[in-house]
Amino acid sequence: MSGNIAQTAEQVCGAFGDDPARLMDIIRGVQQRLGHVPDAAIDAVARRVGRARVDVESVVSFYAFFSKEPKGRIVIRLCDDVIDRMFGYDAVRAAFEEELGITLGETTPDGRFTLERTACIGMCDQAPAAMINDTIVTWLSTDKARRIVSELREHMTPERLVKRVGGGNNGHPLIRAMVHNSIRRPGPLIFSEINRGEAIRKALSMSPAEVIRAIKTARLRGRGGAGFPTGLKWEFTRSASGDRKFVMCNADEGEPGTFKDRVLLTERADRVFAGMTIAGYAVGACEGVMYLRGEYAYLLRYLEDVLEKRRADGLLGRGVMGRDGFDFDIRIQLGAGAYVCGEETALLSSCEGMRGDPKNRPPFPAQKGYLGCPTVVNNVETLCCVTKILEVGPATFNMYGTSRSAGTKLLSISGDCDSPGVYEIPLGTPLGEVLEMCGGTRAKAVQVGGPSGRLVGRDGFDRLICFDDLATGGALIVFGPDRDILEIVSRYMAFFVDESCGYCTPCRVGNVLIKRGVDAIIAGRAEPRDLEQLEDLCRTVKSTSRCGLGQSSPNPLVTALESFRPEIEARLRADPNGYRRSFDLSRAVRPTEQLVGRKSVHT
Amino acid sequence: MSETFTFTIDGVEVEGEPGQTILEAAQAAGIYIPRLCHKDGLEPWGGCRVCTVTVNGRSASACTQPAAAGITVENETDELVDMRRGIIEMLFVEGNHFCMFCEKSGNCELQALAYRLGIAAPRYEYLWPTRDVDASHPDVLLDRNRCILCARCVRTSRDLDGKQVFGFVGRGPGKKIAVNASARLSETGLDVTDEAVDACPVGAILRKREGYRIPVGLRRYDGTPIGSDIEKGASS
Repeated sequence: MSGNIAQTAEQVCGAFGDDPARLMDIIRGVQQRLGHVPDAAIDAVARRVGRARVDVESVVSFYAFFSKEPKGRIVIRLCDDVIDRMFGYDAVRAAFEEELGITLGETTPDGRFTLERTACIGMCDQAPAAMINDTIVTWLSTDKARRIVSELREHMTPERLVKRVGGGNNGHPLIRAMVHNSIRRPGPLIFSEINRGEAIRKALSMSPAEVIRAIKTARLRGRGGAGFPTGLKWEFTRSASGDRKFVMCNADEGEPGTFKDRVLLTERADRVFAGMTIAGYAVGACEGVMYLRGEYAYLLRYLEDVLEKRRADGLLGRGVMGRDGFDFDIRIQLGAGAYVCGEETALLSSCEGMRGDPKNRPPFPAQKGYLGCPTVVNNVETLCCVTKILEVGPATFNMYGTSRSAGTKLLSISGDCDSPGVYEIPLGTPLGEVLEMCGGTRAKAVQVGGPSGRLVGRDGFDRLICFDDLATGGALIVFGPDRDILEIVSRYMAFFVDESCGYCTPCRVGNVLIKRGVDAIIAGRAEPRDLEQLEDLCRTVKSTSRCGLGQSSPNPLVTALESFRPEIEARLRADPNGYRRSFDLSRAVRPTEQLVGRKSVHT
Repeated sequence: MSETFTFTIDGVEVEGEPGQTILEAAQAAGIYIPRLCHKDGLEPWGGCRVCTVTVNGRSASACTQPAAAGITVENETDELVDMRRGIIEMLFVEGNHFCMFCEKSGNCELQALAYRLGIAAPRYEYLWPTRDVDASHPDVLLDRNRCILCARCVRTSRDLDGKQVFGFVGRGPGKKIAVNASARLSETGLDVTDEAVDACPVGAILRKREGYRIPVGLRRYDGTPIGSDIEKGASS
C-alpha cells in the first residue's frame, strides 16, 4: 500500500520536474490522486524534490485545502463569512449536517462526504455559498442543501449539480458554473469592450521607459488596496539588477466581501493577461505567474485556455506580436486556501513551494522577489487598468477620478442592499452615493475594504471612496439597522485568527486575545477597564505585527469604536464589589471538575 | 573598507556599518535592544517582535531592519517598553510556562526578559493549550508546552548543524514545532551535541539528566538582568 502511495507521489513529482518550487502543484496533484497526503507520500515527495520531510509536511499543514488525513471523496466547504451568516448559513449548515448525518468537520463513515467550513470564497453577492470539491454552489437554502446531498448520493459528481449556468462566460464550456457575474454598473474603463492585442501593439511601439511614463502619467495606483503608484513599482523592478525578472498577478482575492476579480477573470481575462504582458515588456521580464486563489479553481481550465489562445495568436510566447527579443509567457499557480497569500511576499513564498509566510522586508520584491529575482506584483484590476491606459491613453484614463486617485474603481458590494454585485465607479465618489446606487441607504454601517479596512457608520457616509479617504481594495459590505456591530467584529476577528500564518507573536496570539475580549463584551462579562486594555492590545498588534495582516487585523474593533463607541460602552458594566467580571469561575474550575470527576461546591 | 555612518538611538549617536542591522549596530555600541528570536550568528527571523523599535517614527523589528545613515531610532520609550511587555505576556499566556519548576529557570531568556521589563503577572488570560511532550530521544527532551516558536532550533539545525531536525507545522494559533520524522524526535538525526539543543531560549529543548545542575544564585540571570553583558561591553 505505502509502495503504491510512494509511486503515485513520485509520478506527480516527475510531472513537475521534481522542482521543489512547484510543491504547491505537486501536493495538489498527490491529493487529487490519493484524496489526501499521507505520510508515505510526504516522504516520497521530500526525497524526490530534495527537501526535508518536515518542510513538505509544513506546506501540507499550512493550507486549508491540503490534508494529511483522509477526507471524503466529496468535500463540501460551506462559506461561513459574515455575509453568509447574515443570509442563512446556520440553517443551511444544519440541513447539510442532518442530511449527511455528520457534524461540521466530520466525514461520513462510508468515506463519501466531508463537511467543512471555509472563509469567504468570493461569492458574497450570492450567499450563502459553498464549494463542493471545485464546484461552486450559490444561493443555498435548506431545501437546496437537501437536494444537493440526495443528488450527490446518486451520481457523486459535483459538476452535475450545475443545471442552469450564470450569465456571460460562466456558461463557457470550460467554466460551466452557476455563479452569476452581477455586474450592476459597468463603467467606461475596466469593463469596456476589449480590442485584443491593441494595447500590447501600442506598448511595443513605445520603449519600456515610455510605457512606464505612460502609467505614471495616468497616475495609476495599485487597486489591491494599498494604492502604491504602479509606475514607480515598475521602475524599481526595471532598474533592479538581475537577468531574470518576473511579473506576478495577485489573483488571490481573499479579503472577505471582495469578488470583483472573480468577475474580471471570468469576463476580462484577456485584459488581465495583456496587462501582465505589458508589465513584462516594461520591466524586462520574460515570465509571468498568476497566483489564483484555490477557491477559484473552477476558473482554471478556462484561464489556461485563454492563455493557450493567446499563445496561438502570438500574444504570448517567443517574440510577442513579432517583436524579436521580447519573449513572455504566463503560468497559473493555484493557491490552496490561505488568505495571507494575498500579502505580496506571502504570495511569493507560496509560489516558491513554501508555507505562505510573508518575508522580511527589506529586501522588497522589486529587488528580490520570486526565486530571489526582481519581481513586480500587481493586482488583477491594476493590470486591467494598465491595458486600458495603453488602449486609450493616460489622459482618457485620468479624466475619471480625482487628482490623487485617478481612474475608476471596482467595488464588490454585498450585504443589506437591494442590488449586490460589482460596480465600476469613478474614484472620489461619496460613500452615500454608492449606497444609493445599490439600494443600501438604510444602512447602519458599511465595512469599506473588508475586515482589514474600516467600518464606517452613518456619520461617515459623506466620505469619499479614494486613496486619501476611504481606501479600499473593493469590498463594500452593507449592514442594515438591525445588525449587531460587535457580533460582526467578533466574526471578523475569528477570521483573522484562522488566517494568521502564526509567524509573529502579536498576530498569532494577539488576535486570539482580541477575539476573546470582544466575546466577553458580547456575553456581558466585560467592564470599562477591559475595553481600555483591549484598545491597548489592538495598538500593540497593529504596530508590532510583521505584515499587513496583523497590522490591520484589529481594525474591525478599532474602527467600530470610532463610530459606535457609545453602543459598545453601553454593554460594559463594572462589578459592584470590584470583582473582575471577565473572570468566569465556573469555566476556570471546569477542567479540574472533569479531572476529579465531581462538581465544584462554589455557587 | 566600507564607509561607516552615524544615526541616533534614543538621541544617542551611534555608528553603523553598511550591512548591519539596527540591532547589531546598537549592540556594537553597547545598547541592548531586547530580543528573543534573534541569536547572534543566525539569520535574522523577525518573528517574536520583541525588538520592535521605531525608525523615523515607523515601527520595525531591529533585528531585520538595516541601519542607515541619519535615521532616528527610538528604543526605550514608555510606549515601546509597554508593547514589549505585552508581547512577552502574550508568549507566557500562549504556552504553559511553569517557571517555578522549569529546569530552564534562571537561564531562560523569556523569564529573564519578564524580570528585566518588570512583569509581575501577565495582563491577559491564560490560554492553557494542550501540547505534546516528546521524550522519545535518549538524551534530549522536547516539551512543546514551553515553546515560543522563535525558530532558533530550526535555523540552528539547518544552518549550523547542517541537519534540519526541526520545522513548523500548522498555522496561526495552531502552529507548532515539528521534527523531521513521521512521528518522533528519536527518529531524527538529532545528536545531543548539536548546537540546536542549546539554541532554545526557553525550556522547550532540554538535555536530559542535567536539570537543576546549577544552584540557584549562580544561574545565568540570577545576578544581573538579561542584556547586561551587552551594556557592560560599552563601558569597558
